[in-house]
This record gives sequence, C-alpha cells and structure tokens, in this order.
Amino acid sequence: MSSAPTREVARRAFAAEFNDATYTFKESDDERAPVFSLLPTGERANRVFVVGTLTETEDVGEESEYWRGRIVDPTGTFFAYAGQYQPDATATLRDAEPPAYVAVVGKPRTYETDDGEINVSLRPESITIVDEATRSRWVVETAERTLDRIEAFDAGGEYAAMAETQYDPDLSIYRDQAIAALESLEESDAADDLLEA
Amino acid sequence: MTDLRQHAVEIHEQFSETLDVSVDDIEDRLETLVSDYRVPIEEARRSVVSTYLDEAGMERDELSGGTSQEATVADIDAPEMWLDLTVKVVDLWEPRSDSIAQVGLVGDESGTVKFTKWAKSDLPELSEGTVYRLGNVVTDEYQGRFSIKLNSTTTIEELDTDIEVGDDTTEIEGALVDIQSGSGLIKRCPEDDCTRVLQNGRCSEHGDVDGEFDLRIKGVLDDGEEVHEVIFDQEATEELTGIGLEEAQQMAMDALDTEVVADEMRTTVLGRYYRVVGPTFGRYVLADEIETLTDAVDPDPVLIKARSL
Repeated sequence: MSSAPTREVARRAFAAEFNDATYTFKESDDERAPVFSLLPTGERANRVFVVGTLTETEDVGEESEYWRGRIVDPTGTFFAYAGQYQPDATATLRDAEPPAYVAVVGKPRTYETDDGEINVSLRPESITIVDEATRSRWVVETAERTLDRIEAFDAGGEYAAMAETQYDPDLSIYRDQAIAALESLEESDAADDLLEA
Repeated sequence: MTDLRQHAVEIHEQFSETLDVSVDDIEDRLETLVSDYRVPIEEARRSVVSTYLDEAGMERDELSGGTSQEATVADIDAPEMWLDLTVKVVDLWEPRSDSIAQVGLVGDESGTVKFTKWAKSDLPELSEGTVYRLGNVVTDEYQGRFSIKLNSTTTIEELDTDIEVGDDTTEIEGALVDIQSGSGLIKRCPEDDCTRVLQNGRCSEHGDVDGEFDLRIKGVLDDGEEVHEVIFDQEATEELTGIGLEEAQQMAMDALDTEVVADEMRTTVLGRYYRVVGPTFGRYVLADEIETLTDAVDPDPVLIKARSL
C-alpha cells in the first residue's frame, strides 16, 4: 500500500530495561533512516513513552543551556537531556519544581563514556507535568507490555532473536522488576487506605 | 490449464468485444515477457493489457474486470479490485470537476466508501437514500484511503429495499503522545464549500483571503503497540482542553501569536491517557466522544499473569 511514512510507535519499558538497551541499529543504509534501540526483551524502540517522578533537574551545559532531568520509576532512573533543539522540553525542565510526576515522549540515545561504557539516555520530544493517576496507569501498562514481550520471546521473532544474540538476556530479571513495580502500586494503595482509616 | 494460459484467457475475455485477438497470441506475448525477459507474471499481464488498451484506444477504467466478485464495502482492501456491491447512497457531494458526474458516499452494513461516477461513462443518475446493485465497479486508493469508481462497464440496478448502513466507528485508547503542527487556533478559507486551512493567510485554492478562526487538534494516540491519528474538531478540542474559540482568540491577541494556543494545549493534554470514539476517515479517527482515563487501574490481573510466566 502506498502511504505516508508511518509514525514510530512509542514503546513502553521500565527504566531498568531501557538503560540495558545499549545496542542500536538501523534497518536501512539511508542516512535519515530511524535509529532503533534494541530492548533486551526483544523489541525495537525508536521512541518511548515514559511516566515517572522528576526528582532533580540541572543545567549541565557549558556554553548554552543543556538540561538534565532524572526521572524515576519503580525500577530505576531515566536520564533525559534537552538542549536548544528541544526548546519546549528545555523550558519544562527549567521551570519544573521537583519532585513532580512527568510524562515524557522521547527517543533513546546512546553514548560511550571515557571508560568505554555505553550509557542510554532519553532525548525528549515533549515533557509535561501529569498526575499520580497517569503515573499508576503507565506502571500497569508498562508491566503488561513488558510481560507481553517476555511471553513472545521464545516464539523467536526477529528482534527476540537479535536480543538473544546481542544480550543473551536473563528475562526473569525483567519479569521480577515488572512484578515489583506492580506490587509497589498495591503497597501505596494500602498505605493510602491506612492513612484514610 | 497453465497459469499463463489462464491469464491469457482472462485477458481475452476483457477484450473479446473490442479487439480481434486470439488467446494464443496473448499467451505468446505473456510467454515472451515471463520466460525470455524474466518479468513477474502480474507485471507481464499489466504490460500486455496496456498494449491492447492502446490498440483499442481504451482507458484502463473502461476495462471489464471479467472476474468481478460479489463483495461488501469492508472487503475493499486493495486498489484495482473489480467488485459487485449492493449499497445505499448515503450522501452526494458537489463534484469539483466537470469530468465527474456524481461523487459521494455509499454504504452497506459493513461500512461506507467514497464513490466517483465519471461524466464520460454516461451512467444513470443515482439519488440519495436509494439502494442500488452496482455491477463491475473498480476500487482505487489515494493516500491509504479507498474509493470505488463507476465506469462505462458498470451496471446500475435500482433495488426496492433498504439497507442499514453500518458506520465504521472505532474506539481507541492510549496516551496522547503528540499534537501535530496545524493544531490549535487556525484560520480556514471562507469561500463557499472550501474549508481549507490557511497557511500564512493563503488558501492553496483561493489565494490570499480573510480567514475565519477555528479550533482543532491533530493528535496522536499511542498505546505502545499501535499509533492512531485523531482529529478533534472545535467542540472536541474545547472539551479536551477547556479552551474555547473566544478564549483562544484572546490568548492569541494578548501574545500577538496564535502558536501560544497550541502550546497551552500541549501543556494541558500531552502525556495523558484518553479513550476516543468516532468514525474513521482515511488515516484519521474523528473524535466524537472523549473520555479522560483517570480511574485507578487494577494491577492484579497483570500480577497474576506475571507470576504465571
């Protein structure tokens, strides 16, 4: 079917898995072809949707503004970097007063540190302040998507095979993280009930 | 019968009334392309048909499919399908060109589809609300959207029945991950029947015009597996963002910039979860009903699944 290039879906992954996605690839030789990060549970990600607690913002730029935000979910921390080419996201990070729940739509980016380690970060397309209900919904949704990927892994799709080769992942780690994330929601509900009682 | 022979027979049927060619001739031509020149059979067939069209002085859409099939609107999933449909005329639109006799929307229980009837095909007039059996129509595709064309080989039979036309309403859920350019406070062309959105005060059809203000959002709902583009009209935009047309105009005046409206809307709605119900229109869903998903989600079913893995 001849149609406009389709928009890349925003994958859901917890911070711990996102930060493990150090392998990147392109699907064609075209210079402008999208770059994908390979999630260890066997999916490619050119875009992600993340909701978490913004705990800290800092302007780490030298000559021009370059903001780093730490966004925490039940499994770890996303590092988001926004500069002059992401004016809206930069403005949100500049004005935000942590702690606050934020939703981020962004692209995975990798860079190699001086000691040869690959770090994964998030380049935001947008950051907005959201509420706790949105954050809870994201945790459940992300756990569900993660489990779907784990379940499909053994069926051996293209990206599962690629993940097998690149990472040889221990999928039980990602399953246990999803379980812990879901349990943390139940605990906070229980705590709320206790406070109300 | 071989594959080539089968194709040759079908092509022969299509031209039997207009050209004096034998099935053997046609098969020879196909054979040359497929065996000597390694052309895939579909492409070979297309090429041979083109040759005969030229010889007969015919246009492709005058060609009888020979193999048209009884179908429903929902079956249409490719261009150049030859079909027989029983449909009701839902809506007639104003043709934009003299070459079009009638254009509008037809539908059956499975959904609706745009139709075009060419002036040169010289077919009887269709009237709104009437059910017809259309024999030998051909499908077309433009930017992912399908339509049907009535051509000179199409038969039209009026039926004395009624059809409950199904709407292709869909329900989608997901996070609003993008508000595209052309959203917020926009201006539309004021010319009759032209509602094009102006770019820098210009309509692509009517040039410089005094536009009329409107509100809309072209947004993207994403559930982590699928992406849906959604259009919110003025009413839906106000419901979604709480910003009405007057307020939007005031905001734009205060800031001397219409873009502040879309920026404010982005702050209010991006990253939230919504459920949207509405008809699909090409690649867009038109938001009729909007629900903000704020209720708590029960993690238990997912937990149970997780523990079973």
